[in-house]
Amino acid sequence: MKTGGRTWTRRRRLVIGLQVAVLVVWLGGWELAARTKVIDPFFFSQPSAVWSQILTWTTQGTSQGSLGEQILITLEEAAMGFVIGVVAGVVAGIALGRIRILADVFAPYIKVANSIPRIVLGSLFIVAFGLGLTSKVLLVIVLVFFGVFFNAFQGTREVDRNLMANAKLLGASRWKVTTEVVMPSAFTWILASLHVSFGFAIIGAIVGEFLGSDRGLGNLIKSAQGNFNQSGVLACMVLMAVVALVAEFLITRLERRLLRWRPPQHGDADLAVL
Amino acid sequence: MAAIELRNVTKKFATADGGTYTALKDISLTVEDGQFCAVVGPTGCGKSTTLTLISGLESPSAGEAFVDGKPVSGIDTGTGFVFQQDAVFPWKSVLDNVSAGPRFRGADKAAARAQAHDWIRRVGLSGFEDRYPHQLSGGMRKRVALAQTLINRPRVLLMDEPFGALDVQTRSIMSTELLSLWDQTRPAVVFVTHDLEEAIALADKVVVMTAGPGTVKAEFQIDLPRPRVVQEIRFDPRFVATYERIWEALRDEVEQAYARTTAPAGLELEKAMA
Repeated sequence: MKTGGRTWTRRRRLVIGLQVAVLVVWLGGWELAARTKVIDPFFFSQPSAVWSQILTWTTQGTSQGSLGEQILITLEEAAMGFVIGVVAGVVAGIALGRIRILADVFAPYIKVANSIPRIVLGSLFIVAFGLGLTSKVLLVIVLVFFGVFFNAFQGTREVDRNLMANAKLLGASRWKVTTEVVMPSAFTWILASLHVSFGFAIIGAIVGEFLGSDRGLGNLIKSAQGNFNQSGVLACMVLMAVVALVAEFLITRLERRLLRWRPPQHGDADLAVL
Repeated sequence: MAAIELRNVTKKFATADGGTYTALKDISLTVEDGQFCAVVGPTGCGKSTTLTLISGLESPSAGEAFVDGKPVSGIDTGTGFVFQQDAVFPWKSVLDNVSAGPRFRGADKAAARAQAHDWIRRVGLSGFEDRYPHQLSGGMRKRVALAQTLINRPRVLLMDEPFGALDVQTRSIMSTELLSLWDQTRPAVVFVTHDLEEAIALADKVVVMTAGPGTVKAEFQIDLPRPRVVQEIRFDPRFVATYERIWEALRDEVEQAYARTTAPAGLELEKAMA
């Protein structure tokens, strides 16, 4: 066991070392190429400029107000839309998965709704609901809903027939079968969809702000773009990436908590590295 | 009045290529109250189908199934069913699995748990109440399934090769324990198996089925004294004599079923059943 442990640590150290090396080569190469004018820093910026842009925003604020405020606004839009979209998607997915007639009636509409480029609805929402929070939240809901919905629907359909039969024979009503068997079983599917959905939520909030707003990171990106400030655009990207990583971490934690009953999966080791 | 009766029952299934497959043909079977009946037959003879008809999970194409003299229409909660595969809920602890039946039937949590503790003790799983099914061995999961079913005190207990996935030693230990549990509440049992030794060791009556489409070929009364110890009963000369007598009836059916799975005609049938 001890040797196994030591090998593992050595291997881990090697992996981390190589990961850092990749980062250094990438950022260092970029910085070097920009300084030696192999690439034009006006168009492609450089890591040091991106970093100093973040520092400037943090210390002196942005043209729209403090940086923290911009991040919080975008996060608020994304989180609100995410929660509403997820709840609606789960409820609709399970309802359609369990009630045959609903699935039959709505199937063509859902197919159509899923095939249109929903991001375009953002323009419509801005005009209808103004530059404020509502239009962004609506866009996020529309983007998040379908991914969660399809997973919840599929998860409901794939519940083990034996488990359903067993619950019925033990005396479970239709509602109890839904809450005690279908939902826990479908949660594996639903939770898997949350990772992708949160990415969509952030995209929705930023695109919404981009299309029309007076505050938020999307707005900051837009004004940076207007001023040919490429470092500003990249700085916003870095900030959103950090937010997304934190969210991903929290979702993984939630997933582990809710899926405690599952035997350890092979994929878990990979997730642990993340 | 018989606890279970199948009267001239035929069961046909639609096959994928649009034809029909006859699983059971004109089968009649009675099990008295408190009687332990084992059904043996070769693979694919429709043994399991008889159980789904008695439990109400499926309904017959012709003829009728009766439980306690009443025709079966839909799932009857006076019937217990132990499945071939694991059907305990993987997201519930042992305690919650065993108390599921009373909870589904409207008992309050404390009463259901008290009852569950008692049954967990009876199947010898005290101390494992908080474990999830994946943390238990195959034999222990079967004990959970037994406690989960027996806690409802079914008058009719249906078992579909419940110990089929267990190793030989665990299997005979579980069989002995099943007999002592059965003795506590004395439901009428239909125990489906392809193992003649297991059938004789457990049952009051052994029903031999023909190779599919299944019907009753012969019935044998087993008058070995109870209580029986399954691990040892096979050395009893009366057991050996009974085995020889029943094997005489079963052999032709097994050979016929085997020939079908090896000859080209058999392949067609396999496909039809899949």
